[in-house]
Amino acid sequence: MTTTRIVDTPPARPAVDEAPLKRQRRNRALLQAACILISLFMLVPIYLISLAALSTRESLNEFPLSLLPTNLSFETLRAFLGSTGIIGAFGNSLIVGLGTLLISALIGVPAGYALARFAFPAKEPYQLFLLFTRALPIVVLSVPLARLFLTVDLYDTTYAVILLHTALALPTTILISASVFLSVPIDVEEAARVFGCTPAGAFLKVVLPMALPGLAAASIFTFVMSWNEVLGASILTLDHRTLPAQVLTSLSDSPLAYRFAGGFALVIPSIIFIAFMRRYLTNMWGSTIR
Amino acid sequence: MTVDLPPAPAQLDTPARPRRIPPAVLLIAPSIVFMALLLGWPVIQGVLQAFRSDDGFTLEFVTRMVQDPYFWPAVRNTLLLIAVMIPLQFAFAITMALLLRSNPRLDKVHFFVWAIPLALSDLAAGLVWLSIFNDRGYLNSVLASLGIDTIPWLAYDNPTTLFLCVLVAEVWRSTSLVLVIVVSGLQGIPKDYDEAAQVFGAGFWQRLRHVTLPLLKPSLQVALILRTILAFQTFAVAQALTGQNFPLVVGETYRWYTGLQNPNVAAALALVILVASMLISIFYLRALRDKGQEGTR
Amino acid sequence: MKNAPPFLSQRSVSRRSALLGGLGAALSVPFLSSCAGFDTSGAAAGKGTVGFLSTQFTPVEEKQRYEDVLRKTLNVPVAYNSVDPGVFTSTVQTQTEAGSVRTALLGGLHGELAPLADSLEDVDQILRDLSGSGFTQEVLDLTKVGGTTSKYVPWMQATYVVAVNKKALEWLPGGVDVNDLTYEGFLEWAQAAKQGAGRPVFGMPAGPKGLHHRFYQGFLLPSFTGGQITTFRNSDAVMAWEYMKDLWDATAPASTNFDAMQEPLARGEVLVAWDHVARLVGAPADNPDEWLMVPAPRGPKGRGYMLIVAGVALPKNGLERERAEQAIRGLAEPTTQIETLRSNAFFPVVQTELPTDLAGAIALEAAAVRLQQRSAGALLALPPVGLGPKEGEVSQIFKNCFQEICLNGSAVQPTLDDQAKQLNTILQELKVPCWAPDPVSAGEKCEVA
Repeated sequence: MTTTRIVDTPPARPAVDEAPLKRQRRNRALLQAACILISLFMLVPIYLISLAALSTRESLNEFPLSLLPTNLSFETLRAFLGSTGIIGAFGNSLIVGLGTLLISALIGVPAGYALARFAFPAKEPYQLFLLFTRALPIVVLSVPLARLFLTVDLYDTTYAVILLHTALALPTTILISASVFLSVPIDVEEAARVFGCTPAGAFLKVVLPMALPGLAAASIFTFVMSWNEVLGASILTLDHRTLPAQVLTSLSDSPLAYRFAGGFALVIPSIIFIAFMRRYLTNMWGSTIR
Repeated sequence: MTVDLPPAPAQLDTPARPRRIPPAVLLIAPSIVFMALLLGWPVIQGVLQAFRSDDGFTLEFVTRMVQDPYFWPAVRNTLLLIAVMIPLQFAFAITMALLLRSNPRLDKVHFFVWAIPLALSDLAAGLVWLSIFNDRGYLNSVLASLGIDTIPWLAYDNPTTLFLCVLVAEVWRSTSLVLVIVVSGLQGIPKDYDEAAQVFGAGFWQRLRHVTLPLLKPSLQVALILRTILAFQTFAVAQALTGQNFPLVVGETYRWYTGLQNPNVAAALALVILVASMLISIFYLRALRDKGQEGTR
Repeated sequence: MKNAPPFLSQRSVSRRSALLGGLGAALSVPFLSSCAGFDTSGAAAGKGTVGFLSTQFTPVEEKQRYEDVLRKTLNVPVAYNSVDPGVFTSTVQTQTEAGSVRTALLGGLHGELAPLADSLEDVDQILRDLSGSGFTQEVLDLTKVGGTTSKYVPWMQATYVVAVNKKALEWLPGGVDVNDLTYEGFLEWAQAAKQGAGRPVFGMPAGPKGLHHRFYQGFLLPSFTGGQITTFRNSDAVMAWEYMKDLWDATAPASTNFDAMQEPLARGEVLVAWDHVARLVGAPADNPDEWLMVPAPRGPKGRGYMLIVAGVALPKNGLERERAEQAIRGLAEPTTQIETLRSNAFFPVVQTELPTDLAGAIALEAAAVRLQQRSAGALLALPPVGLGPKEGEVSQIFKNCFQEICLNGSAVQPTLDDQAKQLNTILQELKVPCWAPDPVSAGEKCEVA
């Protein structure tokens, strides 16, 4: 961000003064440079973990480490992917992630809408209630939670993990979707109503599409949270683990090469998910009424 | 978020629905029931552990917690980290969002790249940065190949670099959460407002302060609350980088629960986090509400 | 993004329907799979599989190797499921409390099984049947976890030795025998190496998951004081910690990040390190000729060394009881025990001759372990006996001493006095007799003098 005042001249300008145009060009160049710089900061660590995951064990022991992929090998990655239950755990993670996404959207989006659109007296206590459940480190709930699920006979099922993850994700889903509904102008909704939509119809046809980016953001958090959650999944399951519960804990005791391979393998699916959802997140941009 | 919008006409238009139950209640009820059923009992059990011993109520565990040599350093580190990281992170995220909004070339690629750290679990993120900062890691490799003396970034007797390493790693890992919320919030702000202000000669900072930020307030409020609460909850990065040399309160909770197998003291520590998080959330809700009202009107 | 499709255009609609389609598919997945998820441990493979929950061999490679050992040597199908100690404890505990046990067999270190004694079946009958296997008396005493009946069957054992990269021998001071180190010689060597290499090359597993507390409990303090608890703050102990301070000065400071020493050793970041045999075995794996494994040093009161015992236990009301017992008997077979040593570097608990064709790194370790146990003045230290869930807190006391004395530079005697007070608070609650090397006398409470 430069301190230069960006004085944008209106589109139809007489071609006399070239200075603002130049300044604008320079600003745009600075802008591009800033973007590239930030991208590098974000990418370099990702590049390094990929590099480490695809290196031989020996080359990780050298110093100085090579920053270029000179010693590529899939050995550790393959050993990692070949361990017992990885495929099943992958499936479980997918079921849990998507199940969590679905249930938390079904429960959370209406609640978010209510928070944004209606005035009700218990609004702040309700928000605090939501946060309360998220603010307590769940490790201290390990034993009671596992007991609860044992009692209702859901222990060691993906359903148990879906339910717990939904509870963990709901505060995020509700608060983010509320902030999004808040930014959808209420006139649009009223207009739809004037043209004969039912309240539900107005919500589905007008508000929901406009809120899609925010809902996409919420669902990204939900899925990624569930995909990476270790503790809850490992206390609630035994033989039907999710991927992180199956491997992440064991990683901390594994040799470095395996840790990188595991970290790398776990990241890929969430990156694909973000790539997919990103389009919904930004599909309104540049398309507002000019 | 607590802006008083006029009650939607929904209430008037739907005579079929009994007046007694306002639609808002119907909409939020499922979430309350769900959370209460699932977490109510465990939370009560978990919290009570902090004060319950064989002979009833006791403050013994709280005393144990306070006397532990790691407790006060953990409190100090947690507060320090949050106080430095959150403002930094928000400045960073807002800058990033505004950069994206100005439609740079390859903006979609940039946005995707900036959102990637979101996909990493904190365990994996700790691993990444450990490979960079450790004594024979990538950073020192670069220094060594440039002929510069290597620096023991993570040495216990070097608290400044220790803190900086944790800070950089945490900013890297968790800024994308703020970014995504801010970006989705920016989507809802029509660009015409900004352009109108521009036409009237408002400079960049003026527009940021008087147009963009006020309109972003609901998103910023949510991002602040969530980010702060989550910041109290994560320690895997700090632990991977520094071991026990940079203790955090939540890390101590895990240590007492799993390592020392003392759920009572762990519950007391968890309560500290809970209370701190709730106080800060209340602060955010109140502080941003008043100004928020003028902003959106 | 400038050219993004206008809002509600054809394309964004199709995207949205794709999203909805995706969600629809997601909805159907959990229900179509019509089960509670995919099996990840092999336990659901069918009835008759012994679900074996354990804290050992969590790393991917080790787990794979151990599954092979089980498949080859046992004649019952076993689903081996390794978890974090914390998860292990809470799983066993909750399942017992809820009266719904879902495991058949439990495996863990002595210190992990002892706190769960109430959830474990007595195994005296099995031990009587196995009495010909040659479990040592010390180990059998441990299985009683402070009570009168045995709660687990010994599974495997391990100890700690010192791994030496032969490069470090160049700085070995004259007159110091690497196979019969004294603490004094060890320190001189560390200092000489630090000077010679220009950086400290001795390491300690002092990371958050490192086992350095075992060094103080089972090696340093017994060697200097002849005890572990009773002598915690006497003048010998002060000497020991003063020594530790000097040793730490010649130790790589990055040690506070090391959990298992095999990695910094393999990287060449440190050249000499003490650690658990299973956490050293990876260092010489590829080039055993360049390595030595030697016994831990000896001190004024002998060569203190600690034995780590892992056991297998039967959960009360566990599943597949008969087959689980069969599995336990199979685990005590010498072939299984030897295979475990070969694959994962844990030593047999039964009487058996070690084969001569062990892999390089394991052969090195086996020799060092034998030397350590049989050397003159060998002083056996046991992991804390009968502390139950308090074991972690007792170990923490030793770690606190290290933190205060070596890292924070606090004075030794006041620190020890302070920590002794806390140690006594814990011990007074427990009222347990001492364990080796402290004088063991039944009925008397163990506490710091």
